[in-house]
Amino acid sequence: MSSNSLSYNDQGGMAVEHASEAGQETTPTTGSGSGFGLFRTDYKKDDDLKEMLESNKDSLKLEAMKRIVGLIAKGKNSSDLFPAVVKNVASKNIELKKLVYVYLVRYAEEQQDLALLSISTFQRALKDPNQLIRASALRVLSSIRVPIIVPIMMLAIKEAASDLSPYVRKTAAHAIQKLYSLDPDQKEHLIEVIEKLLKDKSTLVAGSVVMAFEEVCPDRIDLIHKNYRKLCNLLVDVEEWGQVVIINMLTRYARTQFLSPWREDKLFIEDNEKTFYESDEDNKAKSAQIVKAYVMDPDHQLLLRNTKPLLQSRNTAVVMAVAQLYWHLAPKADVGIISKSLVRLLRSHREVQYIVLQNIATISIQRKGMFEPYLKSFYVRSTDATHIKILKLEILTNLANEANISTILREFQTYVKSQDKVFAAATIQAIGRCATNITEVTDTCLNGLVLLLSNGNETVVAESVVVIKNLLQTQSTQHGDIIKHMAKLLDNITVPMARASILWLIGEYCERVLKIAPDVLRKMAKTFTSEEEIVKLQILNLAAKLYLTNSKQTKLLTQYILNLAKYDQNYDIRDRTRFIRQLIVPNEKSGALSKYAKKIFLAPKPAPVLESPFKDRDRFQLGTLSHTLNTKASGYLELSQWPEVAPDPSMRNVEVIEPVNQWKPQLGKVKTTKPAHSFYSDGDEEDEEEAASGSEESSSEDSSSGSEDEAEEDKSSSGSKGSDSTSSSSEGSDSESESNKKKKTKKKTTGNESGKQSALHKTDSSTSEESSSGSQSESEAQVDSDSGTDQNHQKPKSKMKEVKELIKKPEISLLDLDDFAPPPSSSPIVMPKPAVLSPTLIMDLEGLSLSSTSIAIDVTSPVYVPAKPHELLHRMSGKGLSAQYHFPRQPCIYNSKMVSVQVTLSNEADQKIEGIHIGGKKLPTGLQIYEFNRIESLEPGSSITVSMGIDFNDSTQSANFQLCTKSDQFSVFIQPTVGELLLPVTMSEQDFKVQQGKLTGMNENTTSITLEPKNSSGQPAVHKIVNVANLGLVPSGLDNIHRFAAKTVNAGTLVLVTLELKESLTADLIVNTEKTAIGSMLLREIKTALSQA
Amino acid sequence: MIHSLFLINSTADIFLEKHWKSVVSRSVCDYFFEAFSKASDPENVPPVIPTPHHYLISIFWEKTFFVAVIQNEVSPLFVIEFLHRVAETFQDYFGECSETSIKDNLVIVYELLEEMLDNGFPLATESNILKELIRPPTILRSVVNTITGSSNVGNMLPSGQLSSIPWRRAGVKYSNNEAYFDVIEEIDAIIDKSGSTVFAEIQGVIDACIKLTGMPDLTLSFMNPRLLDDVSFHPCVRFKRWESERVLSFIPPDGTFRLMSYHVSSQNLVAIPVYVKHNISFRESGASGRFDVTIGPKQTMGKTVEGIVVTVHLPKVVLNTDLTSTHGNYTFDPVTKVILVWDIGKMNPQKLPNLKGTLSMQSGVPKPEENPSLNIQLRIQQLAISGLKVNRLDMYGEKYKPFKGVKYVTKAGKFQVRT
Repeated sequence: MSSNSLSYNDQGGMAVEHASEAGQETTPTTGSGSGFGLFRTDYKKDDDLKEMLESNKDSLKLEAMKRIVGLIAKGKNSSDLFPAVVKNVASKNIELKKLVYVYLVRYAEEQQDLALLSISTFQRALKDPNQLIRASALRVLSSIRVPIIVPIMMLAIKEAASDLSPYVRKTAAHAIQKLYSLDPDQKEHLIEVIEKLLKDKSTLVAGSVVMAFEEVCPDRIDLIHKNYRKLCNLLVDVEEWGQVVIINMLTRYARTQFLSPWREDKLFIEDNEKTFYESDEDNKAKSAQIVKAYVMDPDHQLLLRNTKPLLQSRNTAVVMAVAQLYWHLAPKADVGIISKSLVRLLRSHREVQYIVLQNIATISIQRKGMFEPYLKSFYVRSTDATHIKILKLEILTNLANEANISTILREFQTYVKSQDKVFAAATIQAIGRCATNITEVTDTCLNGLVLLLSNGNETVVAESVVVIKNLLQTQSTQHGDIIKHMAKLLDNITVPMARASILWLIGEYCERVLKIAPDVLRKMAKTFTSEEEIVKLQILNLAAKLYLTNSKQTKLLTQYILNLAKYDQNYDIRDRTRFIRQLIVPNEKSGALSKYAKKIFLAPKPAPVLESPFKDRDRFQLGTLSHTLNTKASGYLELSQWPEVAPDPSMRNVEVIEPVNQWKPQLGKVKTTKPAHSFYSDGDEEDEEEAASGSEESSSEDSSSGSEDEAEEDKSSSGSKGSDSTSSSSEGSDSESESNKKKKTKKKTTGNESGKQSALHKTDSSTSEESSSGSQSESEAQVDSDSGTDQNHQKPKSKMKEVKELIKKPEISLLDLDDFAPPPSSSPIVMPKPAVLSPTLIMDLEGLSLSSTSIAIDVTSPVYVPAKPHELLHRMSGKGLSAQYHFPRQPCIYNSKMVSVQVTLSNEADQKIEGIHIGGKKLPTGLQIYEFNRIESLEPGSSITVSMGIDFNDSTQSANFQLCTKSDQFSVFIQPTVGELLLPVTMSEQDFKVQQGKLTGMNENTTSITLEPKNSSGQPAVHKIVNVANLGLVPSGLDNIHRFAAKTVNAGTLVLVTLELKESLTADLIVNTEKTAIGSMLLREIKTALSQA
Repeated sequence: MIHSLFLINSTADIFLEKHWKSVVSRSVCDYFFEAFSKASDPENVPPVIPTPHHYLISIFWEKTFFVAVIQNEVSPLFVIEFLHRVAETFQDYFGECSETSIKDNLVIVYELLEEMLDNGFPLATESNILKELIRPPTILRSVVNTITGSSNVGNMLPSGQLSSIPWRRAGVKYSNNEAYFDVIEEIDAIIDKSGSTVFAEIQGVIDACIKLTGMPDLTLSFMNPRLLDDVSFHPCVRFKRWESERVLSFIPPDGTFRLMSYHVSSQNLVAIPVYVKHNISFRESGASGRFDVTIGPKQTMGKTVEGIVVTVHLPKVVLNTDLTSTHGNYTFDPVTKVILVWDIGKMNPQKLPNLKGTLSMQSGVPKPEENPSLNIQLRIQQLAISGLKVNRLDMYGEKYKPFKGVKYVTKAGKFQVRT
């Protein structure tokens, strides 16, 4: 009803009309309660509220709630309505419910018992299938500050922390802080939840959980180690507010973990461009090698690199956060980049300017050069607020040097005349500081200041006097004229500080103004009683000094003044009088000190140092509240000093880097969906791969990886196809759902699928063949996940990783070999991989593996899959369609004689590409192609990976075919290297020798090679070989002999490779195979690979 | 982080309070009022005020103070930026962010504040998401709501909050698809007495008003991107593309937003569109002064200069003015005695606008030593003074052909002439 008439007062009348028309008006006050009724301070009006709340009409309740919210907003107490309001907590009307929440949160603390009535509603809502309702329930529940429900909250938070929805998890992170402030005893439990949420890979959660971390346990830096790289990589994609919190936290973290990049004794070696853009592991490998010179920790670099783009943020807080991070963490040479961004912020609102200028002021004290080019940006406008003007002045003063001082002084001259006298006074001080700092201009400044002494404004004159006094003190030269001039001014100046300054000057330099000084004292004696304390003290001072230097003329005057002062009201002055009298006036009682009176009074005084008020602010972290206030704010966390020795960087190593990819075809920012190292890569297609491999990586740590990150997409899948018995496998197999999601083609429980398939596979391979061919989509999903797993190993940029894989892989391959692979005769249809299996299944199989080692020669999974994609179709020639292919090195599911090929198609045009399929094939004899399914449409910017099979007939002939879209045809070809025509097999060393014995003479190709030094040891060499060709490792009894075995895909002919490492970088390479052509080609390729770096 | 928020009007009355954690008594604002009464001008109230138990961080936005109460260390800019975001949201919702509009829409304000902050930490600040949650009031809707009894609170759940592009709401539909860009450049300059430029630079922004169906992916390219010295972007802009190709590639939020702001390298010479001839003097005796200001075109690139307004903060000793203008009219309120506003409008190059006359001043007071500086506002349509030009706009991801338009405007920003 009149719910919204609040907004427009002309509708107040209308509302009444309607209300009466609709017959909903139960009390006469209802109608008039709308409109501006809210703001009337008429308390009688509120009597009907209770009645309205208890009516059964939502509109009335809503109306009442709106008025109540109005009361809350005005700060009026309406807690007596609590029972009536809380009843509506379960209302169906969303707006009403929200307003009830507002009320509840506001008054629950005061009405604890009644608030408990609402709890069950929230507990129920916490189980709601809708994530947003769950989240909002948790939000309100945790906001109810009633200690009794702490256990309930704790439970709810724990549950929400493992919710499938990242949004709910984000809410849980917020709830942690609320619970902590309600009951700090829960800290330990909450830390557990924080630890868990820190592992979360969603950008949505990251900011909130770090906030919780900062609030609950900022000292538990150990929780960050494992998440450090992830946080760095996620940073760009986190929402702005989260970015600020994370950057601040990482700044503190980095100060405890890395070596100072500022050390001058150590040579800083910036890694060259190439490695700079490579992944961390690579850098790490490097830094391990170069230990002598200071090399920045790659993680340290990662942080700097990933925060840099945020300097361009529109959010001033983010820019400031990055700026302070650079200031506190970056090598001195790199800090310069922040100045431009900080100067940009000066265009922003007044308050932003204030904070930014303060920080610039602190920076400019230490590093003048940084802001010198922007000098003019700090020029003051007459419309600036006073505190802005003063800060700008401060910065200009800090920036002043010999080169620019004349410009600055000219500018100051304008400011001195400003109507804003506070500012004018500050300018005079600034001039004074410039004069002391830059000796060249001291005289000019002094003259300028003296001119100001004739200024009409007292504040200006007074300030000038004070500054001149300070300046004269620093000057060794005589300035009798100026002092005389100032003595004359004493008649006019009334500002105590200025009068005191003049008197002090005259006293101090009384020998230079011999004639005037006694006269001044005479005048002062007259006015002594009416002077301010500070002036009186200086008069006493002057008297004492004159008495000592010129007692003839001033003796009586001094006596007079001392007598006056003796009876002064102020005890300080009486004290001083007594002291001075004892010291200077000789009498019988005078102590030993009076001899030294002259020395005491006329001792040369050190010149005051004119310092910037920002001098000591650098003890605080830039950009903090403490820095702004220049006092330690509560909760301020000290930035630690750099450690002498960096803590072990390996703490940050994570088994597998898990970039978070909430994959969205073409939608998200390109930069959002990828981990840092791909941030600098060029093409979108790469991102695609990255995402794929990323998702697979998480799966390759198979059993250990939980299902948390997959939560959101699992939700849809499990919802659509209740995966019953295989639910465990669906959880374990992240990869499918990821890759599935990536494709956005279908949503189904591929985990279910895989479970089924592997099961099928175990029992009967033919059935599984049927099933896969029967339901194309399913098999495709399966293939996809397979291929994804393969990409897992193709991390071209991280050698380190490859090595890791290499070490890791054999175990798995052993496992695979022993159980999964069917005898070579019956060609494998599906090659299940650990990724596809649930952890439990793997364990089962592992158990099996021990017992079933009898099969001698068997196809195994590849030891290593190179990631290098080959260009199939360039986007330029493909009218926006680009295609790349690579060999996943898996047995082909379509036909055992085929090599499986993965083709990634990307649409880089601005329109949808429709009907992608394979057209006319021009194949040499013996070659066959199994086509991928027609792709109906491909959205712009998105890409899809399909797999096809090609029977190359054990030759390296190229397969030519046409890639067709609805409108175009592109001729393309795929040419394999000889290494891809093989499938790895495994066998015992014994068998290997037996087989090798059979393949001698014609079938044996031998060569001796000179190794590239890098490849001289075992692992790199092995790595090179498996990179070149799809060979299986054969266990070898000797360290220097490495054996590999494979069979050709088409004919199944055995290919045996032996590498014997010799002294001084030489090695013998033997290839035994019946297919001599393949043998010699393989020999050549391996040789090239090993002799190259 | 943010404990509570108080909205205070320029007469120091609290007219709204909102608490996100436990309630902080409004007496905490006394410290603010103290600072407020000390400050000569509302602008001079320090943005950060420490109190024994709390810290007050405030912004001043169109005669309203937004005072946030903080208990612990926090980056002050974080709070300031957030408060500005709140004010901008109100402006966006109610057309203006004033005491009246806030009071009129109190419930919406409360609902907004509830969504924007959870436990003092920003939750949803993107206007697109908020509009999904809480619909802004329109006259039509409030009429409809009155009749049907429906509410402002969106029934739809804010899916945008969950998306990886939180700035755009889903399911946008328009019958006319339009994308407009306004390239607005402001000249910040300080001109000294003699007419020479002390300091000048160009600050530009590109504001976009995008009403496009679906999920369009836009690419905006410039003819001369090298001009841009320093840029900052709306989060939707893909920074990497900018770094490598100098194009703006983005999925736009729905509606109006600021796409980027930029700074044109101060190394380039900035064209100053007008010159000012001025002769302002105060005579020591006689308690009067002379005022004579003429404005003429300087470097206008052949365009007409419009909307010229000259604002002068006259010294307080000036009691009244007796001026005649050849163009436009001037206002000077002898009671408040602060600002002289001369609204010229369009400039006619043949007959230069001139304002001339005498100032009567308080007698017996020393004459002001500084002449007031002139603040000039102006506008030149269809010109970006830096020479920046949009090359083209491409759209991917959607099929329809949008209507595209680019408008250039040059304005005077902080354009000050010292006299």
